[in-house]
Amino acid sequence: MCDDIVVVLADSAQAESGIAQAEHACELGQRWFFDVPAAELPTCTIAAQPATTADGIEHAAQLLFKSRYPLIYGMRHASCETQQAATSLADWLGACIDTPTSLHHGPWGVSFQGVGEVTSSLGEVANRGDLLIFWGVDPVTTHPRHFERYSVEPKGMFVPRGRADRTLVVVDIEPTPTADAADLFLQVTPGRDFEALWTLRALIAGHQPDADQVLADTGLSRDVWQDLVDRMKQARFGVMFFGTGLALTRGRHLNTEALLAVVRDMNAHTRFVAKSMRGSGNVAGADNVLAWRTGYAFAVNLAHGYPRFNPGEYTANEILTRGEADAVLLVGCDMDEDLTPAARQDLASVPHIVIGHRPTAEAASATVAFQTSVPGIHTGGTAYRMDEIPLPLRPAVASTLPSQLEILAAIERRVRELQAAGDAAS
Amino acid sequence: MSSSLTKIAGGTVYDPTNGVDGQVRDIWIDGAKIVSAPTDPSVRPARTIDARGMVVMPGGIDMHCHIAGPKVNVARRMRPEEKREAAPVVRTRTTHSGTMGSVPSTFATGYKYAGMGYTTAFDAAIPPLAARHVHAEFADTPCLDKGFYVVVGNNHYLMQAIRDQEPERVRAFLGWVLSATKGFAPKMVNPGGVEVWKQQQAGNVSGLDSVVEHFDVTPRQIIRGITQAAHEIGLPHPVHLHCNNLGMPGNWSTTLETMKTLSEFGGHLTHIQFHSYGGSDGDESTFGSEVAQLAAYVNAHPNLTVDVGQVLFGPTTSMTGDGPLGYYLSNVYGTKWFSAEIEMEAGCGIAPIEYKQKSVINALQWAIGLEWYLLVEDPWRVVMSTDHPNGGSFLAYPQIIRLLMDRTYRRDVMKTLPPQVRERSSLWDLEREYTLAEICIITRSGPARILGLNHKGHLAPGADADVTVYTPDANVQTMFELPRFVIHAGRVIAEQGDLREPGFGKTLHVAPQYDRDVESDIARWFETYNSIRFRNYPVGEEYLAEHEVVACRRT
Repeated sequence: MCDDIVVVLADSAQAESGIAQAEHACELGQRWFFDVPAAELPTCTIAAQPATTADGIEHAAQLLFKSRYPLIYGMRHASCETQQAATSLADWLGACIDTPTSLHHGPWGVSFQGVGEVTSSLGEVANRGDLLIFWGVDPVTTHPRHFERYSVEPKGMFVPRGRADRTLVVVDIEPTPTADAADLFLQVTPGRDFEALWTLRALIAGHQPDADQVLADTGLSRDVWQDLVDRMKQARFGVMFFGTGLALTRGRHLNTEALLAVVRDMNAHTRFVAKSMRGSGNVAGADNVLAWRTGYAFAVNLAHGYPRFNPGEYTANEILTRGEADAVLLVGCDMDEDLTPAARQDLASVPHIVIGHRPTAEAASATVAFQTSVPGIHTGGTAYRMDEIPLPLRPAVASTLPSQLEILAAIERRVRELQAAGDAAS
Repeated sequence: MSSSLTKIAGGTVYDPTNGVDGQVRDIWIDGAKIVSAPTDPSVRPARTIDARGMVVMPGGIDMHCHIAGPKVNVARRMRPEEKREAAPVVRTRTTHSGTMGSVPSTFATGYKYAGMGYTTAFDAAIPPLAARHVHAEFADTPCLDKGFYVVVGNNHYLMQAIRDQEPERVRAFLGWVLSATKGFAPKMVNPGGVEVWKQQQAGNVSGLDSVVEHFDVTPRQIIRGITQAAHEIGLPHPVHLHCNNLGMPGNWSTTLETMKTLSEFGGHLTHIQFHSYGGSDGDESTFGSEVAQLAAYVNAHPNLTVDVGQVLFGPTTSMTGDGPLGYYLSNVYGTKWFSAEIEMEAGCGIAPIEYKQKSVINALQWAIGLEWYLLVEDPWRVVMSTDHPNGGSFLAYPQIIRLLMDRTYRRDVMKTLPPQVRERSSLWDLEREYTLAEICIITRSGPARILGLNHKGHLAPGADADVTVYTPDANVQTMFELPRFVIHAGRVIAEQGDLREPGFGKTLHVAPQYDRDVESDIARWFETYNSIRFRNYPVGEEYLAEHEVVACRRT
């Protein structure tokens, strides 16, 4: 998430979005600003038929109130304030609540609970990082302005010449655009990141693992790894960037745990930090909101009247594919990114409510769908950058659509009325 | 004639600020404020709380705890294992659920403080860049009036301005950063040491005159520069200091030097227990208490105040803005470790730890904390704290009260500890027992005065209507664990441990005047080095629900 975008407004109806230009925005950012929903869509549908928002809220509240196993999921494209409202609703309902962390960076979240993490804000990288290792991530493609703003190029306090003062290493299973920019590219055997990272741990600790074994396990010779360890120990402030390339391949949380352990080990020799490359939207914000309200960052079940945590059991895609939930509320969810194909298919057979700002095929199959304004374009609030720095969203354009927060708050109010009435009747 | 008044009738009132020491009085409340008794005898209160035979005090004030912000939230995420052990907070139709352990979730935090009779709390260490996060957490932390201290002791701009001997820039920056974050007070955490930790492996400063490379300043210069500026601005709580060398054997001499530096202007030394150790590095057998000389210095210097940072036995989570300390503790305990450097301004360390009754070091830490309460002669200048959760949970306050009020109990606990505790601290020989009035001072009236909160910590008309009503008990721990009534902003929020009408409380912050001309200089510096834009740094009013600007003292 970049906080230096300057939005130039269009003259009245000239552009569909109301925006003429989004200066500084990368290709992904341009898509975010200009790929806005068509204005003619109904603001609310019930069973694919246009309905009033009031009817939609009543229908949604009734569905959730009567549900025995409600699931609330998504919140990628949602402000923290919306995430707070969703978590509040989940508590009153005794629902399961989960975010795309469970599908993408969840293994990191789990290994973090095992070993902790030595990390920093991105400005520390910009000002101090003299050795940058990108492991299984390709920011040139996925985070196009990362080099320019935070990592490779900035002229920082302790790296005054910028790129010239930094060594850039890429470790990946195949060449990538990021690897093309590297001073050193190490191509590891696919699925062998754990072995590679564990080799590094051994070498950092001064052990000499069997050279043939290292080559067979990682696809690279021990000397290559030793060279990397030497560079790491010579660095003043090393950084290891990592992401789903580790978290979603063979080994999963063991891979991320190995990387976090390498970085921790390195602090016995010099300063070193690990940085997880989170994806688009405000998933890092959702981690924080869930954590402060429940104690857990994702995969939270509130059915017993208090929060319980169990990835695999209380994670949305697994709940859906096991057919457990009997009502689903999706908020600011990216249907392609955040649901597995199997879960998407299973969703169709469960009553579900969609609150979002992008018209999607899934919303068309929804029991109730709400078309909302877009956080960050039409409505304000807070969103977290990938290094967990909270930033204010400033709406640039007005919208006649209700916000996600307004819809959620209305559903929450109605659910609590229904609960109170239910208590009075019993 | 009916009214909107509440009357707390016939209680035994402790209000040391106003010289009331256990006299039977009525307390009248209108809205969120204490008011005078109506002059018209026909005026009847809308509600009468029968407090006959009960003890009435102002609501408790925790002036140093870690209850919100990024490091607290990271600690919640990092420690699922302890949540499985601890009884959770269960949802009701009107209150939210939560998890406990050493770092409770937000709603659980507010409810537990309220259940114990506390109505105000200050988070002690927030990096300015995280202020927005803290205000959002505060909005989800019920039952408490809240504020936070802004860490500035390793701030690059300040270190440069101090090095360049430009006090007007130091003043302006302090004013600006407190306004921008809606914070309450400046906090120094291991001044200079965190920056050195960022620059080199296991880096730290060793004493007040160590030079911080690149910035060419010393901890002593940082402490003096910031303290002077804070006093010149007239902040209600000018300076809150976490000294260098926390937890290190032999650190008492650094602490004494710091006191000498601080006493030039006056200020508050926090979790002083952790800074009062004799002995030398690497030799456990020399570790011991040096409270006597430090407390003597405090007793002789009325402009110094302390909170204790009492250690209690059991597992907890250490969390600190003192990055090198986190590294040290994680190595001592061999536990998981979180560390985060925040650009231009701060660091952070988190590690699970345990204080063991059988450990000579831990038992001495426990004794050293209690010595502080008992050796500072003026209770207005020593404040109860556990540095929650660093020394233990805030939920241990009733236990500490018993240790202070009951000499026999204190000695009974000491008998279970390693014998070295009696040899290397003076605790066994201390006869002093706290009175209820003194407990009232160190848990509410004192911290209110130290914080410059004229409308808190007492029960005179005009004060905030934060009142706790206790049922006396032979065991004072029982008495303080379960108040009969807790009133916050005029509303009964808890009765005998059950929540009634929990509100969210207000945010207390300052808005000092500062030289606006310096702001463009700050902006230039900011845009050169920070990874976010200057305009996105200040926290807007929209992040505050109910809030109150606490006025600066006249300078």
